[in-house]
Amino acid sequence: MSHRSRQLKVSSLARVEGEGALHVRIADGTVERVELNIYEPPRFFEAFLRGRAHTEPPDITARICGICPVAYQTSACNAIEQACGVTLDAQLADVRRLLYCGEWISSHSLHIYLLHAPDFLGHPDAISLATRHREVVERGLALKKAGNTLLETFGGRAIHPVNVRVGGFYSLPTRAELAPLAETLRRALDIALDTVRWTAGFEFPDLELDHDFLAAYEPGRYAIADGTLRTTSGSAFPPREFSAHVVESQVPHSTALHASLDGHRYLTGPLARYTLNSAQLSPTARQVATEAGLGDQCRNPFRSILVRGVELVYAVEEALRLIDGYEQPSRPFVDVPARAGVGHGISEAPRGTLYHRYELDDGGLIRAADIVPPTSQNQAAIEDDLRRVVSGNLDLDDAALTGLCERTIRNYDPCISCSAHFLDVTWEHR
Amino acid sequence: MNRAVVIGVGNEYRHDDGVGLAVLAALDAHPIPGVVTALCDGEPAALLEAWTGAGLAIVIDAVLCEPSTPGRIWRSTVDGLPRGSGTASSHALGIPDAVRLGAALGRVPDELVVFAVEAADLGLGVGLTPAVQAAVPEVVRAVRDELGRD
Repeated sequence: MSHRSRQLKVSSLARVEGEGALHVRIADGTVERVELNIYEPPRFFEAFLRGRAHTEPPDITARICGICPVAYQTSACNAIEQACGVTLDAQLADVRRLLYCGEWISSHSLHIYLLHAPDFLGHPDAISLATRHREVVERGLALKKAGNTLLETFGGRAIHPVNVRVGGFYSLPTRAELAPLAETLRRALDIALDTVRWTAGFEFPDLELDHDFLAAYEPGRYAIADGTLRTTSGSAFPPREFSAHVVESQVPHSTALHASLDGHRYLTGPLARYTLNSAQLSPTARQVATEAGLGDQCRNPFRSILVRGVELVYAVEEALRLIDGYEQPSRPFVDVPARAGVGHGISEAPRGTLYHRYELDDGGLIRAADIVPPTSQNQAAIEDDLRRVVSGNLDLDDAALTGLCERTIRNYDPCISCSAHFLDVTWEHR
Repeated sequence: MNRAVVIGVGNEYRHDDGVGLAVLAALDAHPIPGVVTALCDGEPAALLEAWTGAGLAIVIDAVLCEPSTPGRIWRSTVDGLPRGSGTASSHALGIPDAVRLGAALGRVPDELVVFAVEAADLGLGVGLTPAVQAAVPEVVRAVRDELGRD
């Protein structure tokens, strides 16, 4: 089988959050070409944003993604506040982090239970999984609901929250109003711990990445809603230098931009965060990670389901800690008067580092906007994984190899993963 | 009957995809006692959450048809829904797949009615096209009729 040419074409990864295709070409036992093609909607948004007021990006960019709107809102706020020379006080910054925990809980539980777990359990999808293991899927939905409740409490609603503004929030709850939420999260913590222990029993294919990893870093805590940047190759730089290190370029086969870090391939997301920052996790999260067989680094993308589980535990615990210390601020926001300038903001979206840059004129109108989402940053790394996976498994038949390619894509929880679940695959033999 | 829920699925920033939300807004202007309204982007877990425990769930969504008659209203029930694609993902799961997932989990409403409005434009931007806008009062009337019959 390996001594002839094979061509794997996956057309129309058609999807709301991204459109793409997969094309693998093998000739004489060598993988000649792997192309993952994603059309990233944020490009349109960058054009929308020009000429809008500096107060508008949190609401406009939230619309880029239904799964991670808080990430877009937060990176936008960070960038605009920096451009205007405003710093949030610690209390409001904590609320921002708390809201973000809700998004991590909601997004990670959705990916672990509805998208990723079926791969490890021999089920084609979550419906099939639910038929055999109803209690498993119910657990995932309960966790997701806990995350959504947190998002609703501080964001006004779970999808595209409306309570976020540059400088903070429109209104914030009293401490007493948070009691039911805390109770929900306490129950969610047990489910999150069970999630890690459950996924620890899965079998993981061997694959070890040697890419550079990029993640946000904050002193004293696992970075979520802000930070500077660090890489496993030893670089450290502030968000304002992001574009000096991360360069987007066009590739002939894709309308989506590829990104490189200091000229090389890199990865952002849970594996990068864990590998760079695992020492900053809470004791409980670190302990359950150890129980699950994770060391202080993780470079196997199939094990990303474990890392997401550990981050789920951390996010629930962190939310509980922040709620415990919460007092309703005297004012839910700080003023962010417009001024001419450039601002850069980053945060850790569930899928990786999300960078925003805004250039404002002296009236606060946006002259230029740049958004670099994690999925486009990871595109080259995903292609490299696919190349390795295909090269190492040429003895598999077309169906099995295609299945492995789909799993490889899903490891990254890209916004196209939904499409990747129903790839129509055509193998061409020459 | 247990509680009834009306679920508007869609995104008001994609023109006609906002029709479900426009119907909800009209219903919310004159709330009906005992009827809950819920906004949803179509994500399956949220749909299940919205209709769990409901006696009657009415879902309003936009559809693209070929050939297209924008503004035309289709009514269907669980039995009339097309079978799903046989796949499940997170974001792209349609209402039929959400029904199948709900069935596997024992989480389907006693009765489910779907009103699908044919869309003309699902591109980026706010505002419904005239034909779809004109259909909104009719859908509102149809929803109120469903809620009124026993």
